[in-house]
Amino acid sequence: MRVLAAMSGGVDSAVAAARLVAAGHEVTGVHLALSKNPQSYRTGARGCCSLEDSHDARRAADVLDIPFYVWDFAQEFQEEVVDDFVAEYQAGRTPNPCLKCNEKIKFAAVLNRGLALGFDAVATGHYARLVQGEGGVELHRAVDPEKDQSYVLGVLTQEQLRHSLFPLAETPKTEVRAEAERLGLAVAKKPDSHDICFIPDGDTQGFLSRYLGEEPGDIVDADGVTLGIHHGSHNFTVGQRKGLDLKIPAPDGRARYVLRIEPVNNTVVVGAREDLRVRTFRGIRPSWTQGPVEGPWRGLAQYRAHGTPMDATISLRDGELVVELDEEASGVAPGQSVVVFDGDRVVGSATINEAR
Amino acid sequence: MPAPAYLDHAASSPLRPEAFDALVTHLPLEGNPSALHVAGQRARRALEEARERLAAAVGAAPGDVVFTSGGSEADSIALIGGMRARRQQGRTRCLVSAVEHPAVLGMLQRGAEALPVTRDGVIDVDRALESIDGDVGVVSVMAVNNETGICQPLADLCAAALGHDAWVHTDAVQALGHVPVDFRASGVDMMSLSAHKVGGPVGIGALLVRRSVTPAMVGLGGGQERDIRSGTGAVALAAAFAAAAATATESLEAETVRLGGMQARIMAVSRELGGDVSTALAEHAPHITNVTFAGTRANDLLFLLDQAGVYASVGSACRAGVHQPSEVLLAMGRTSDEAAATLRFSTGHSTTDADIARLEEVLPTALRQARAAF
Repeated sequence: MRVLAAMSGGVDSAVAAARLVAAGHEVTGVHLALSKNPQSYRTGARGCCSLEDSHDARRAADVLDIPFYVWDFAQEFQEEVVDDFVAEYQAGRTPNPCLKCNEKIKFAAVLNRGLALGFDAVATGHYARLVQGEGGVELHRAVDPEKDQSYVLGVLTQEQLRHSLFPLAETPKTEVRAEAERLGLAVAKKPDSHDICFIPDGDTQGFLSRYLGEEPGDIVDADGVTLGIHHGSHNFTVGQRKGLDLKIPAPDGRARYVLRIEPVNNTVVVGAREDLRVRTFRGIRPSWTQGPVEGPWRGLAQYRAHGTPMDATISLRDGELVVELDEEASGVAPGQSVVVFDGDRVVGSATINEAR
Repeated sequence: MPAPAYLDHAASSPLRPEAFDALVTHLPLEGNPSALHVAGQRARRALEEARERLAAAVGAAPGDVVFTSGGSEADSIALIGGMRARRQQGRTRCLVSAVEHPAVLGMLQRGAEALPVTRDGVIDVDRALESIDGDVGVVSVMAVNNETGICQPLADLCAAALGHDAWVHTDAVQALGHVPVDFRASGVDMMSLSAHKVGGPVGIGALLVRRSVTPAMVGLGGGQERDIRSGTGAVALAAAFAAAAATATESLEAETVRLGGMQARIMAVSRELGGDVSTALAEHAPHITNVTFAGTRANDLLFLLDQAGVYASVGSACRAGVHQPSEVLLAMGRTSDEAAATLRFSTGHSTTDADIARLEEVLPTALRQARAAF
């Protein structure tokens, strides 16, 4: 097979590429330039967009003796991922940009260009398992539960999965590092990236403020009583407790949490911890790994990258994914993605529009 | 697959056998050419022989030759050092054409003014002449453009500059070996050359400087090269540079015909496939062909050609592996989409008819695929 190996400059994608080479595929390495000014991302061993990362990817490709190119997707990334990220926060929602990047960039723009240029598949260093099932290619959780990334791949469709390869599916991370060491890859000890790649310093609020500025508004309780002011509703996310700086304590003296953000009147609503509890999600723009499932069916729902999957009854109603949890969940924000599983198998995903 | 076709000589031309021989002959030579003992004298002799040989090849006096690390350093000395000297004389303006190599164009960030070019890629001579006055210290216009291969009207410019006593510098890196170069006859005051664009080694170039002109030293050091450039003389590199330049100049006439024939074929196949050849818009050197294939991404085309064993280029600067839109093409009034759809094919001493045949063979398929991927 002619495989395009997306190489971020990290250890995972380098080992993934190495395995494809060892399996006899014709592998070409490609690093995605996602930042318009890579100079500003010169931040050491973090993220995936810095000049160092591009260099590390190139040196890994040298070790594997495969051709290597840098593809410029900065404009697409800005429009589809960064602008969307900012707009979602502005709308009082909490997005996960990694899913957006997988959906719109890695397994869409990059995959499509790869296919058009004569490749058969795109490979990444994601930890997830592809299984050939009766209904087509199935996406399953990785063997290493600590590293499992099936959640961020939950947005992929059958067509995308058919042209994807995840060579690290069966391997624990520690083995991947050992393998990198054996292969002589300099990235063997490179730390994992945890931050949002386009916010390498981890200061999401500062990043958003640069785009959105400061727009003071009220912090109110559920009855609409003003308790304080804020300097931009994008600084808050549902379930947040710190940084509220409320002048008036709660009558019962207990901590208060952000319950919701109302962008129209620029208001942050706070309340007691119990009020954060939800039972039902409604998700818009559902996507399916193997086609829509009407349901209702019994499955597992996960709404955070490293969240615990929860038992639920799941159905598709009027084009929306409805997830009714067996037990209450807490701190669910609109804009988050919910991914639904049948056991270890990803069935689909949607963007949470409402949780109550 | 047949041997790959290397069509990127304008980026770097393979080492000529004559240059290789000169290099390996001189590399073991002991002694610093500035040292006073016999070993030093031998090294010095080899360096001066190289200087004389290079000077003879380019119509310069040996004393005009200031060896540098390459074309970029030569440009930097001419512009930065040149303006530093001219400011001492009360001249504050620096003019550079809008289609220069980054080593010259960088002066725009240091207060230089850009001389515009027409859509044909040639500087607008009338406007250039209007711009030159008694405040101008240095004017820099390249001899042959590195992306388009288009020649600039240097003679007109020199005549105008002479009247105002402005120093004229030309970056002749792409001219050497491809069009006649005669430093003293050209009328320019300073001229940048690079060895590896004519089959010499990477790491050496020269700034030719008339005796009447002295740019200030830009780097610190012993001023070994006419108190204009410092650093221990690179004897073996200089000898190899001189050998490459001499060979290139001796074969210039025949090569002009040979490479011109290849260029005609590259232009023909490009046009057949819908390409727009900017090089043909004006008088040009025979080794560079600049083609815009609308409805493609040059990056995709480069990749597909690379896979098919044809090494071409986009010609413009590359940052972290990503090509930036060509400033040269933008200055010529092209849109950034057009600039992003533009390739450069460049030939040289080692290019054969088989290389061109290979391009003719693979270009149609690559274009079809690149258009589909667009």
